Amino acid sequence: MASTEIARQAGEGARAVPLAGHVGFDSMPDQLVNKSVNHGFCFNILCVGETGLGKSTLMDTLFNTKFEGEPTQHNQPGVTLKSNTYELQESNVRLKLTVVNTVGFGDQINKEDSYKSIVEFIDAQFEAYLQEELKIKRTLHSYHDTRIHACLYFIAPTGHSLKSLDLVTMKKLDSKVNIIPIIAKSDAISKSELAKFKIKITSELVSNGVQIYQFPTDDESVAEINSTMNSHLPFAVVGSTEEVKIGNKMVKARQYPWGTVQVENENHCDFVKLREMLIRVNMEDLREQTHTRHYELYRRCKLEEMGFKDTDPDSKPFSLQETYEAKRNEFMGELQKKEEEMRQMFVQRVKEKEAELKEAEKELHEKFDRLKKLHQDEKKKLEEKKKSLDDELNMFKQKKTAAELLQNQAQQAGGSTTLKRDKERKN
Amino acid sequence: KSYLGSVLSAMSEAVLPDVMVPPAVGGLYGEKAGGPVVDFSYVGIDAILEQMRRKAMKQGFELNIMVVGQSGLGKSTLMNTLFKSKVSRKSVLATAQEKIPKTIEIKSISHDIEEKGVRMKLTVIDTPGFGDQINNENCWQPIMKFINDQYEAYLQEEININRKKRIPDSRVHCCIYFIPPTGHCLRPLDVEFMRRLSKVVNIVPVIAKADTLTLEERDFFKKKIREELRANGIDVYPQKEFDEDAEDRMINEKIREMIPFAVVGSDQEYQVNGRRLLGRKTKWGTIEVENIAHCEFAYLRDLLIRTHMQNIKDITSSIHYEMYRVRRLNENNTVVTHANGIPEHHLAAHEM
Repeated sequence: MASTEIARQAGEGARAVPLAGHVGFDSMPDQLVNKSVNHGFCFNILCVGETGLGKSTLMDTLFNTKFEGEPTQHNQPGVTLKSNTYELQESNVRLKLTVVNTVGFGDQINKEDSYKSIVEFIDAQFEAYLQEELKIKRTLHSYHDTRIHACLYFIAPTGHSLKSLDLVTMKKLDSKVNIIPIIAKSDAISKSELAKFKIKITSELVSNGVQIYQFPTDDESVAEINSTMNSHLPFAVVGSTEEVKIGNKMVKARQYPWGTVQVENENHCDFVKLREMLIRVNMEDLREQTHTRHYELYRRCKLEEMGFKDTDPDSKPFSLQETYEAKRNEFMGELQKKEEEMRQMFVQRVKEKEAELKEAEKELHEKFDRLKKLHQDEKKKLEEKKKSLDDELNMFKQKKTAAELLQNQAQQAGGSTTLKRDKERKN
Repeated sequence: KSYLGSVLSAMSEAVLPDVMVPPAVGGLYGEKAGGPVVDFSYVGIDAILEQMRRKAMKQGFELNIMVVGQSGLGKSTLMNTLFKSKVSRKSVLATAQEKIPKTIEIKSISHDIEEKGVRMKLTVIDTPGFGDQINNENCWQPIMKFINDQYEAYLQEEININRKKRIPDSRVHCCIYFIPPTGHCLRPLDVEFMRRLSKVVNIVPVIAKADTLTLEERDFFKKKIREELRANGIDVYPQKEFDEDAEDRMINEKIREMIPFAVVGSDQEYQVNGRRLLGRKTKWGTIEVENIAHCEFAYLRDLLIRTHMQNIKDITSSIHYEMYRVRRLNENNTVVTHANGIPEHHLAAHEM
């Protein structure tokens, strides 16, 4: 018999040990990155805002492509969410980008329930992931993650303050998704009004307890830029996919009789800041926050809702046992169903094959019968022919013998006749 | 620097004074000129690689290696050689007289090591007493139990409602099995152990103390071992069925043709040809550990650390752990688990 003993070094943490030479595990980040590159990345953005605030245009501008779709009508009866997935590639990075648009947001007369479909959609993505995670046989690493990583909230450029719809919606969403508020079509606001507007918005958000996404400042390499950007929120953006000639190059801009708003000019709007923060600096952090904070919260609430608790180590397996029991039964049920299906298919196939073979057998028999009959006919014919030939032969023989007989007689008579004739001549 | 690049950078100073410099990876104009480079079709998606790298450096990595083999095969020395520091249990717990234990013990020890800013928590799990008894029946059981216990611990944390942000990973990523350099073939103990354990953990077999074999003996021994592994259906790392694509298969086939690696370990340096090298000095010459003409240590190190470390961890988490999880969740009676004593029938269920 053997006993086990697990001994750990004193103190939970491990000792720091100096290395006497190059070991080589500094390639670990590279190995990790290579694996991710092979796997591809996915990023999901939700655009919430009233119709006509330039959501689709901004997405086109951010990602330098023309995503499909025509501008939505304003007469939608309720808020629906339309999601489209695109595969983008830049150098060796493949990105599966999903852009979800709120169609008809803010168009209804009664907007009380507008936020509901958005919350339902976000929850549905969490639910799908949770289901996959709870499955018995699961494939998490090849699962297409549809959870929303960033929510761009488009604020209408009124210049005054947030609409109550905006406050209510953002309050409902802040615990479920990373919210990045942006002021849309900001070329409609002058610079001085913009500064006041931003301050008003920020103070309203704070006083209403809305938690928007803060760019992380714990990593020194990006802490500085992130904290500066945090103070520029909400970003005032302008989107455009049309190019205008400025000086001697083409830039993305919007042309007015009184001047041209250049999208990538930081003096004109905060588009570059948004792109920098959303994509080039914090995309990974957005994904991580979604998974470790928002998803975990959802999961905890959902599981507690289903009646489970973490009590003490002993009953842990039991607390989730019922779900697993149910999952297992489901799994078994599926297995059985599949087995049934396969069995039926098998029986079916066997029947078909049997029928085929029977057919073939019948054909063969018929063929055989036909051949046999043919053979018999031929035989009969041949026999008849033989018989007739025999008859002919017999007749011929008879004739022959009769003829011979006659000939002999004739010869004898003839001989005597010739003798007689000769005698007569002599005489 | 191309004409276009310089024209762009000149213009960019006029048009975009405060533009942030994008990371110099990919994009149409990738070079970082003196000033800010402007690229109108560059979105910056590939900056996520840099972000991931940053996150990985901040979080650090974990690696758990188990060494199994009879005493005296140089397991501790090999660990020290692999990680160029005193990571083995023996070096740490300086016991005066190391007695062979009467039963198998499982002892693990953790270290924080750092190289070029990359931090790693390395745990070396030693199994003194393995194969040292007169009757070695079932000596794999405590080891299997330990491995399954780590899977269990991870599973428990994973199904918690309030679970940690980063579940501490104590699962055994790789088990290095030391084959004594007899030169003939595998012993029944080796076959039994590897057959059972290759189903729950990545096994990397090595021929220990390979400096007692000539090159011909080594090649013969290796061929014999590979045949026996095949004949017994033992799948050691890298397993054929987990090759992801043709490129993977090509690389792994080359490795499969070379295993088991014949290794020599040493933590002593000697002067050879004017250089200080790790080696073993004998009267008839000095064996250089990192010289591939002398032994295959360098291949083992490259496989384990420099190229396939991430892959080893991935296979552990997405295949071995998942298999354990499926088995565990499919069991009819969930039994209370304690640190020491899973009731016999449960143990049997864990064994293949």
